[in-house]
Amino acid sequence: MTTAPVMLGEIKRVVTLTVDGREVRVPEGSTILQAMKAEGTPEQADTPTLCWAPNLTPINACRVCVVEVEGSRVLVPSCARTVEDGMQVRTDSEKVRHSRRMVLELLASSVDMSQAGADVARWMQDYGVDADRYGPPAPPAAAGERDRRHAGHHHAPDGSHAETVAQPVKVDNDLYVRDYSRCILCYKCVKACGTDAQFTFAISAAGRGFDARIATEFDAELPDSACVYCGNCIGVCPTGALKSVREHELREADDWDPEEETVTTTICSFCGVGCNLELHVQQGSIVNVTSPADHSVTHGHLCVKGRFGFQHVQNL
Amino acid sequence: MDLRLSAAEATAEERAAVDALLDPLLGPREVDDRAGPDSGHEARGRRHLLLPALHAVSDAVGYLSEGALNHVATRLSVPPADVYGVATFYAMFTVEPRARRVVHVCDDVACGPVGGEDLAARLTADLGPEGVGEEACWVRSPCLGLCERAPAVMFQVAGEPDFSQAPAHADDVVAAARGGATAVEADAAFADPRVSVPQTRAPRGEGLRLLRRIGVVDPGSLDDYRAHGGYEALRRAVELGASRVVRELKDSALTGRGGAAFPTGVKWEGVATAQVRPHYLVCNADESEPGTFKDRVLMEYDPFGLVEAMTIAGWATGCERGYLYIRGEYPLATRRLEHAIEEARRRGFLGADVLGEGFTFDIELRRGAGAYICGEETALLNSIEGFRGEPRNKPPFPSVSGLFGKPTVINNVETLYNVLQVLDVGGPAFASVGAERSTGTKLFCVAGSVAVPGVYEVEFGTTLRELLTLAGGLRGELRTILLGGAAGGFVMPDQLDVPLTLEGAREIGATLGSGVVLAFDTDADLVATLRRIAAFFRDESCGQCVPCRVGTVRQEEALARLERGAPLGDRETELALLDDLARVMRDASICGLGQTAPAAVQSALSLRLLSSPADPSTNGHRRVGP
Repeated sequence: MTTAPVMLGEIKRVVTLTVDGREVRVPEGSTILQAMKAEGTPEQADTPTLCWAPNLTPINACRVCVVEVEGSRVLVPSCARTVEDGMQVRTDSEKVRHSRRMVLELLASSVDMSQAGADVARWMQDYGVDADRYGPPAPPAAAGERDRRHAGHHHAPDGSHAETVAQPVKVDNDLYVRDYSRCILCYKCVKACGTDAQFTFAISAAGRGFDARIATEFDAELPDSACVYCGNCIGVCPTGALKSVREHELREADDWDPEEETVTTTICSFCGVGCNLELHVQQGSIVNVTSPADHSVTHGHLCVKGRFGFQHVQNL
Repeated sequence: MDLRLSAAEATAEERAAVDALLDPLLGPREVDDRAGPDSGHEARGRRHLLLPALHAVSDAVGYLSEGALNHVATRLSVPPADVYGVATFYAMFTVEPRARRVVHVCDDVACGPVGGEDLAARLTADLGPEGVGEEACWVRSPCLGLCERAPAVMFQVAGEPDFSQAPAHADDVVAAARGGATAVEADAAFADPRVSVPQTRAPRGEGLRLLRRIGVVDPGSLDDYRAHGGYEALRRAVELGASRVVRELKDSALTGRGGAAFPTGVKWEGVATAQVRPHYLVCNADESEPGTFKDRVLMEYDPFGLVEAMTIAGWATGCERGYLYIRGEYPLATRRLEHAIEEARRRGFLGADVLGEGFTFDIELRRGAGAYICGEETALLNSIEGFRGEPRNKPPFPSVSGLFGKPTVINNVETLYNVLQVLDVGGPAFASVGAERSTGTKLFCVAGSVAVPGVYEVEFGTTLRELLTLAGGLRGELRTILLGGAAGGFVMPDQLDVPLTLEGAREIGATLGSGVVLAFDTDADLVATLRRIAAFFRDESCGQCVPCRVGTVRQEEALARLERGAPLGDRETELALLDDLARVMRDASICGLGQTAPAAVQSALSLRLLSSPADPSTNGHRRVGP
């Protein structure tokens, strides 16, 4: 007899679609990506994603998860498109592979993707990304220069360098840093700070086009902004642009060792909600605190106490 | 919602500007306006006033200070980071102090080569470098939609109405920058519609339908509009009934004139029959495609026509409110439409009981603030709602979930003027004009190396050659024609017999787009033109999706290398790179901007219009740019 709880959810109709010629049946309202993750082949389930997260509303900005859908002139984002009966999806066509490769390549040529994780590194290799073919990267912008660019105006390039988002790291508080050289503008942090989790709205996309960036009002430093340091932006950042000061310092000192990291699951003791915590420990001290995205209470999001209030544990 | 604001305070002038707009709409502000008194639905219901509030400050003071944004944030209960994100999205706004008089100099494909660059040089000498100046400064601008009067400039003047000058003479521009011109004087230069619409010159062109009132009617008089057949179409619509009007439109096979050519009747039927209420009407007057000025001309010289057409659309699709979203660079058209809307409201042609027929319809005019992307329908909706003008993922389409999440019909200006014609002659008669699936007449924006540039109305199926003849023929020897705008492509001299229909254009791999016909003679610097187009898309990309945000940058860089004759690898490598970029932009961008951003470049490359040292130009006349 199963001990799993019985979830009394809405009863959903089952929709049948084909993915690469193979029939897949999923509940109505699922996205193509959900269908591929739940019922697809290992290759389909490994569809690359960057701006998608299981605990956020689909953002549909990075376009790396695109697939072909019969009847659609352009590729569609599998993370956001809901399935329909009879839908014919292709994930293995040259058209799909080309766009995925180019999205990864354009990002790699303009953003530091070195901390985007093993999956992204593997996808870049699998899809044959060659970021060097756009020329040598332009020198980093001075601190604050990218924040002052004006929409609709840019200096005409001569093409000798590939423009990038490289710039100095923003360190303006004790808890987390903002390293926008690594920002792919996936909007996840904005959504986590806003309507998807925290409802603090401390950050927004500002500017336009390639000069768009994530910013507080008037690029105020975080202590002067509405930020409440819940760190939910860190929790969803896919590229290491947002990370704890501790992790930043260890990485800068070349002391960061994820291989040696242990993860201990516990329950936050600060209040009665009972959020699950995962304590990430390196060299005998806590370096990060996360919560599982599929946790029924937190959905992966925490508050400042759960995320950063661990010093007392270590002050024995 | 609790807003956390910085200590910056708005000045009295900034407060007055915002409060003058918001007090009548929201009631007077709280005594302590930092209290942030409300939340939830009420607060969210105010966000759509964000863009008008930013305009109010910018119009009054010339820039958006931190204190002013704090005041706007408080009054509308919008988080200050969001206000900042919206304010920095638009090219006409600036968040840094700026001179009170700003000259926007069009250096785009039509104006740049025929005086725009000369103006830029003159203003640099007289006012200083771009963007710098105490009292006055100048900045470069994308197409201002005044191509038939090139070169063009637009003035943003703090505390006074904006205005345009075209053709802009250097001495006049400098004088105006120093305070020697007003909107009234500037508008007077646009009094004669025959400059922009040559078919209204004697002998007046026959068969004008969309342009039939231009040059005949007084754009400021409702009575004169009625004396020239105005509001007969609305009466007929009311007689026919809403569903019959939709039927007539479907019979007419009218397709959208904004570039996508979707059947208008089908769109209207979708909204008219939608269960969810309310329905909204949006008129897309954010005409910003480089080389396009037809909508501006219609709105300037026949503004009541648009008010009537929107009323019919509202009546037929069950909308009580229509939003007219006009680009911020059209000060004269904005003034004429504001006047027309006020007059119509005053005389009972808008409001709670239109024509005494018991239906409600009113129009709210919203100004854009310098963002080509806001012509994309879902970006336009976000802009009205007070969000950044970033396109939405489709589906759902606006007819299902559009403005404020409600069923919304969005039509281009020219499309709506066609509605008057459909009701005038009936759907089947309308459909009998034109060719194939392209029914009715079409406005073309003819400019560049032609004798008489302007807006021309011809039946679909007219050939490109006939259209050019109508425009007085070419000046100089034709090199190529940019058809459809920056998102369109080039047509060669041996293709002039192409019939101007949706199908005809497609057959030669072109598109009619927004009706741009920009002619280049053999002296034209096409490399500079392509660089300008690439720069345009790099500037106008909203930045939301990777293919367009980074692809437009890489496209411009590759063109720059080709221009310098310094390819990475060889020329073929660069062409392959451009092709790779074009494919991902076309296939994987969210919206039409990104999908068409490589179109003109690809067209030029495939037609071998891009010369380089390794591939000498066939015309031998190429000027070397600075």
